[in-house]
Amino acid sequence: MTTKSIRILIAKPGLDGHDRGAKVVAIALRDAGFEVIYTGLHQTVDQIFDTALEEDVDVIGLSILSGAHLPIAEKLMAKLNQTGMNDKIVLIGGNIPERDIPSLKALGVAGIFPTGSSFDEIALFIQGKTLKVS
Amino acid sequence: MSSKIREVILESGIPIKPVYGPEDVDPKHEIGQPGEFPFTRGIHPYMYRQRPFTMRQYAGFGAPHETNQRFKFLIENGQNALNVAFDLPTQMGLDSSDPLAEGEVGRVGMAVDTLADMEVAFAGIPLDQISVSLTINAVAAPIMAMYFVVAEKQGIPLAEIRGTAQNDILKEYIGRGAWIFPVEAGVRLIGDTIEFCARNAPKYYPVSVCGYHIRESGANPVQEIAYAYAIAKEYIKRGLGRGLNVDDFAGQISFNLDIFGNFFEQIAKFRAARRLWARIIRDEFGAKNPNTMMMKMIAGGGGGGLTIEQPENNIVRGAYYALISALSGTQTMALCSYDEAYTIPTEKAALISLRTMQLLIEEMGIGDTVDPLAGSYYVESLTNEIEARIVTEMQRVEDEWGGIVKAVSEGIVQGEVARQAFAYEKGIQDGSIPKVGVNRHRMEEEKRDVALHAYNPDQATDAIHRTAEVIARRDSNAVKAALEKVRDAARSDQNLMPSLMEAVRAYATIGEITGVMKDVFGKFPEPVNL
Repeated sequence: MTTKSIRILIAKPGLDGHDRGAKVVAIALRDAGFEVIYTGLHQTVDQIFDTALEEDVDVIGLSILSGAHLPIAEKLMAKLNQTGMNDKIVLIGGNIPERDIPSLKALGVAGIFPTGSSFDEIALFIQGKTLKVS
Repeated sequence: MSSKIREVILESGIPIKPVYGPEDVDPKHEIGQPGEFPFTRGIHPYMYRQRPFTMRQYAGFGAPHETNQRFKFLIENGQNALNVAFDLPTQMGLDSSDPLAEGEVGRVGMAVDTLADMEVAFAGIPLDQISVSLTINAVAAPIMAMYFVVAEKQGIPLAEIRGTAQNDILKEYIGRGAWIFPVEAGVRLIGDTIEFCARNAPKYYPVSVCGYHIRESGANPVQEIAYAYAIAKEYIKRGLGRGLNVDDFAGQISFNLDIFGNFFEQIAKFRAARRLWARIIRDEFGAKNPNTMMMKMIAGGGGGGLTIEQPENNIVRGAYYALISALSGTQTMALCSYDEAYTIPTEKAALISLRTMQLLIEEMGIGDTVDPLAGSYYVESLTNEIEARIVTEMQRVEDEWGGIVKAVSEGIVQGEVARQAFAYEKGIQDGSIPKVGVNRHRMEEEKRDVALHAYNPDQATDAIHRTAEVIARRDSNAVKAALEKVRDAARSDQNLMPSLMEAVRAYATIGEITGVMKDVFGKFPEPVNL
């Protein structure tokens, strides 16, 4: 991890088009020195998975405001597990109620960053996780 | 006396002096009289003294019959205008049965598959008296077609129909994100609806240009107006391209603008915007009728200003936003509910918003005299400065970015707004932009959990079932023939509205209609430019 920079995919699954959070976090992480790819809107889980594979990212960050975080996380984690890509670090940000955090963690989501989380928190978390991975 | 005077720079980048005087107001800027060109002081001579602002609240529930009940509740409580929310599948032109709609049917608004759903939603609501605003964009044309057919069936002639459609696709590409087709096709549909209404439904407002969402996506107040105006000018050019006279339609294009942030900056923004619009319409488009030159707006308290921390503070913010809106001469006022930063607005919160607006006009005397801030050295000086900056930003769109259609197609505006949103968020996080309860006067408080629009899977089942029944009953040959006419019109430069009305009358679904348009137009290739 010292020579290769960390690659992050920021993705916007589902029909919801409110992408301010996704874009702002993408810019913040790029500013913090990561390589960031943003998928754009209206992505299916399959599309996100394919992009993660193609772009060979270390981290997948999902921005979800619609309330559909549990089914989306379930689908993505299953797909990563089936394909042996479970080394990818999955993060979820957005409108995530406190009570859903344990279920998301149980699915294998590494970090949950509800609306209002700071850029530093997210960047430090990714740095910590990716150091451990390497 | 040694303490330093604090430096103040507004969000739009304007430095503010501690004291303003007559020397700060450039006399070459015309203020004029209310109801007269350039309408700085308001578009009517007596403003609220004659007619209070309209109070509007957003409503829309999963099922059409629930929406209908909510509308009746709001009307009974003195509301004279309704705002309809649609669920995401409807906004994206998907039927409730579409696999992509899974988990979203009826979640954030009403699910509409066919005309039958609109017939239920508006049953018993007189569409020539109550002004209904449809929050729909990418598929505004077919949804408007449904609305018109419902009115027709109520026995109201097209010429008498009132109401507004949001129908501003260019801002969807910048913020909100409910786009489907490529930019050029999207703008063509706007042209079709403008032309159709100008010729057939002249009392209807076919487009409400939304600076609101552009600002909520990160733009500062000057950019909000500049981009909204660049968009509105584009739509007007499309109307002119259909052989319409500017005075026959441009007055029916209204604006939906945002309120949060610095108090006087917002007020000056609206006064400046009104004056500038009058000049643009008269001098660039050659309008003769003063009504065409009037910038008509809904100015609403924006969600962007509300906080999840100490949420009761949002009631106070809402009251200030309402005051800004009234001091700015709005035609229609809307307020976010204080609890909407963390939950679906409760009926109580929605009622507080309504009462906030009512007590301002009925109890506090806000409407007793027109534009009471006129002549204030500060307000007039700031109005002049903001107007000049809007003009400069509009020139940038034209000269540097090649016009709004190109700038949106290539993601230039989107990138600009996203970077601005980032700078703002950074300012909140480092405390350089003060936010009470967030980075100032923070308190230990009970953690409020966010509640989301509960998803009721029965709603999807019901919607799918309802539509299946409609499909079983309809004349499938008529549907097929009508959809082919939509295809032909989409391929040619014929106006799509007549064929869309025929298709919805035959109970074609929104998914079928959008599918045909997607075949012809394709999909928007979203440029990512951060």
